[in-house]
Amino acid sequence: MTIQMFFQHLANGLSLGSLYALIAIGYTMVYGILRLINFAHGEIFMMGAYTAFYLITLFMMPWFAAFIVALGITCVLGMSVEKIAYRPLRDHPRISVMISAIGASFFIQNLAIVVFGGRPKTFTVPDLFNRIVTIAGVKIVSITFMIPIITFVVLAILLFIVNKTKTGMAMRAVSTDHETARLMAIDVDRIISITFAIGSTLAAVGGIMWGMKYPQLLPVMGLVPGLKCFIAAVVGGIGNIKGAVLGGFLLGLMEIMIIAFLPALSGYRDAFAFILLIFILLVRPSGLLGTATGEKV
Amino acid sequence: MKKKHRIYTVVAVVIGIGVLALLETYLGAFPKRIFVLAGIYVTLALSLNLINGFTGLFTLGHAGFMAVGAYTCALLTMPPELKAMNFFLKPIVPFLANVEWPFLPALLMAGLVAGFIGFLIAAPVLRLRDDYLAIATLGFGEIIRIVFTNTQTLTNGALGLKGLPRFTTVWWSWGVAALTVLFMVNLINSSYGKAFKAIREDEVAAEAMGISLFRHKVVSFTIGSVLAGIGGALMGHLLGAIDPLMFRFLMTFNILLIVVLGGIGSITGSVVGAVLVTITMEFLRVLDGTIDLGFITIAGKPGMRMVIFSAGLMAVVIFYQKGLMGHNEFTWAGLSRVTRKLRAKLK
Repeated sequence: MTIQMFFQHLANGLSLGSLYALIAIGYTMVYGILRLINFAHGEIFMMGAYTAFYLITLFMMPWFAAFIVALGITCVLGMSVEKIAYRPLRDHPRISVMISAIGASFFIQNLAIVVFGGRPKTFTVPDLFNRIVTIAGVKIVSITFMIPIITFVVLAILLFIVNKTKTGMAMRAVSTDHETARLMAIDVDRIISITFAIGSTLAAVGGIMWGMKYPQLLPVMGLVPGLKCFIAAVVGGIGNIKGAVLGGFLLGLMEIMIIAFLPALSGYRDAFAFILLIFILLVRPSGLLGTATGEKV
Repeated sequence: MKKKHRIYTVVAVVIGIGVLALLETYLGAFPKRIFVLAGIYVTLALSLNLINGFTGLFTLGHAGFMAVGAYTCALLTMPPELKAMNFFLKPIVPFLANVEWPFLPALLMAGLVAGFIGFLIAAPVLRLRDDYLAIATLGFGEIIRIVFTNTQTLTNGALGLKGLPRFTTVWWSWGVAALTVLFMVNLINSSYGKAFKAIREDEVAAEAMGISLFRHKVVSFTIGSVLAGIGGALMGHLLGAIDPLMFRFLMTFNILLIVVLGGIGSITGSVVGAVLVTITMEFLRVLDGTIDLGFITIAGKPGMRMVIFSAGLMAVVIFYQKGLMGHNEFTWAGLSRVTRKLRAKLK
């Protein structure tokens, strides 16, 4: 393998990793607050890509406007999923909520098949993201290195919101203890809504960029990335935003690099993530950056 | 149990066998196929209910064990010529090339192999709880499927196996279902069953009462896998063709739907749910085609069926959590209570 090829793989791995990171943040935030795997998150990601696609092709919007409107629509969608499928079950056993989440995921996916059709759609990539850039002999499509940049900008904004604003403080409080947070006059339902809004927006950012990197949209495209990103969140330490980013990068790089160095294993690509998950759960169940919590009786 | 109730049971079993014989002889090919499928789903739903409903372990890897069972049984029963025809890209591994077992031992073997895989997976996975367990079992299910897609010489990869002998009849599917029900009833009322329920209600309390959590969980998980393997094998020999894509998460979702609808933790619920869901699924196929109401024609949309089904699952979980039966079971005493009440109302 030449050094150019290695850097090409590295760039691909980093951009896939940052996409995973963006989606994993949504999982980790929701899990941190509700202790719930938001199975519908992968579908929200898919809807983000489709919304942007239809806004551009059907409504003839310029791409930047389309992207912003798509983020808004997806954000509302994420909040409504929470309101319809999760809120009525707030005080129920976790298994019920999880079944409802799986139901929501399948519902959105199948609705997408009915509304958008099962045939793949091709995302028209704006020129800005589609240029081929040559850096020291390494040829890269501009989207490949723009994805990590956008991810880091989004991450910085997110960390600012979570650590420096009042809403962020409320979110951290709710994730520690619902009851106490409520006693401190925090509107828990509103904070949960905001969490879903932020998570869904990030998923939409990820979805749109995914559409530009791998320009083929399918109603089922959210399923596998969704599962992998949850794994990334667990690997990094669930509930921890930086952990989710770390996990995302680790997973993305691992996936690309294993295939690059051992092409014979490419058929097992989707299995790597699960093997990593099981390994981490056995060795360090709280994840790389998570803190272990004992069980209260 | 009262003597009267025992007589009722015997009569019900005889009537049941009679009904099966009638259906086997007089049912058309298509309704019979659905009826057989319903029987298979009874077995599958019970196996998932044992793990999910009775032991409280939320697993989502059922399709993987079904795949193991289906492939084991298919590879053991297919005649050598048929195997040679199926494996045209790469020849099958020599030790499987010339075996041709009868259906019953192959079916049992399918259960054993699936159970063994389940046992192996159980050891590491069952140290996890709740959602972690769900996602890890889901992961193992997917890994099994991905491995089957890639082992060309063992499973024929993505091409799958075609032309499986159609062994699964009404007798096989409902016979296995009846045996499973019988087994489950006895298991649930045994000390193991009580321990399972204790674990479901409160793990810490169960452990404090001296129940070995790990051992009981492994037992429950392994039995569930055995039954799932048998169910998968029956399904393969009903459909006549299997491929790894059949055993995606969607398959587990279907079974989960049956269990939730019937009532998590109710044997009766799983049986009723399986029959109900299988038949409704077929009737809802109408939605995928064009509907002609005489004055208005609604163009069919493929996939509408699944939309309605997932919406149904959510509705059941949100509004009617207990499912049809809750934790309750069918008993003769319960039936006579209901009839007495009805009679009192009519007077």
